[in-house]
Amino acid sequence: MAASVRELRAKIRSTQATKKITRAMELIAASRIIKAQQRAAAAAPYARELTRAVSAVATFSNVDHPLTTEKENPTKAAVLVITSDRGLAGAYSSAVLKEAERLVEKLQGEGKDVDLYLSGRKAEAYYRFRGREFVESWTGFSDQPQYSDAREIGNTLVRTFALDESDEEALDPALASDELHVVFTRFKSMLTQEPDVIRLLPLEVVEGTEAPSADDVLPLYEFEPSAHDVLDALLPKYVHSRIYYCLLQASASELAARQKAMKSATDNAQDLIEKYTRTANQARQAGITQEISEIVGGANALADATAGSE
Amino acid sequence: MASSDQSKALQIELVAADRVVWSGQAREVLARTVAGDLGVLSGHAPLLSLLVPGVVEIRPLEGSEIVRVAVGDGFLSVSDNHVSILSEDAFLASEIDAAAVKADIETARAEGDTEAERRAEAKLRLVDKTP
Repeated sequence: MAASVRELRAKIRSTQATKKITRAMELIAASRIIKAQQRAAAAAPYARELTRAVSAVATFSNVDHPLTTEKENPTKAAVLVITSDRGLAGAYSSAVLKEAERLVEKLQGEGKDVDLYLSGRKAEAYYRFRGREFVESWTGFSDQPQYSDAREIGNTLVRTFALDESDEEALDPALASDELHVVFTRFKSMLTQEPDVIRLLPLEVVEGTEAPSADDVLPLYEFEPSAHDVLDALLPKYVHSRIYYCLLQASASELAARQKAMKSATDNAQDLIEKYTRTANQARQAGITQEISEIVGGANALADATAGSE
Repeated sequence: MASSDQSKALQIELVAADRVVWSGQAREVLARTVAGDLGVLSGHAPLLSLLVPGVVEIRPLEGSEIVRVAVGDGFLSVSDNHVSILSEDAFLASEIDAAAVKADIETARAEGDTEAERRAEAKLRLVDKTP
């Protein structure tokens, strides 16, 4: 009896310690989400201006560019999977990975070979554990992506795409790809984050959120040095900016998922503590009751014995 | 552009990938593009041009102090007295630490990263000019 009360007390103490940790993680995630949202807001003007400029070039010049032309028979697809570096975020990473698996299956069904590019330690661990090959992975920035991270990823991916013979950094031709998909988690609200797939290349320039409105008439630009050169310089930057956007969305989603997971962990810990406390109190009370009845029983037996002897 | 536009001020937005570096009204902007140095005054024709790493100078409407900004690769677009300058990296003169930049140049040279070296040199030019 006494032992079980002691055991329960020990359990309560350890649960309390866990609760403190999960609570701290919840608060950290909550404060970082605000920062992540501010960063997303700070990145918006650049994305907006860039989209505007790219649409301007695309509208007023009929230049073909490897990044915008669709191949007739695409045989190779690159997939960038964006997950987190750390766990304890509920189903965040596994949801993305499931979505990625679906996409890979679909692409292979269409007869395309798939090259995987991974961002985040969770994705790396997932594919490495299963012995599946991936081309390249980037880790260490999932909760606070910098623009330079997006640039690095973007450069690698653009290079596989616009692979031409004159490229001085000769890339393995086996890596050339015809399309590029990104699997990431879209931050809808603090409560909902959904894994999503976008096809980044070949580019469909006007895309969802940052597209200039229809009545926003674009002026007749003069291009310097030429429309083709401008497009050449802008498109990779546009890709970087889209990847940056995906990374920021993913980091906000990761933090929101972590906050939610840690909140429910904290709540569960609290429930456990209450349950253990009740059981411990019950056990303690049962012990006291038994002791009293033993004493009363003993006293009665003694009284009976004395009465009998008289 | 109609001549009436020339009385208006330029609306400038200098944007880096992750923030707005400087925005406001200005009389004149000087930038270095692939086609050479470019000055933009009010009423300029619509233009989209590529920047080379260097210094962008903005003469604001208020105050006489010229705003100097170091930019990396990027582009400049002018339309209807609205100038947007976009660059993945852009720094105001006051944000640059000369010693750190010199160190950057050294490492860039050691690694043979000419792009990083050019970016860092542009920053350094800016700081050397300011005092």
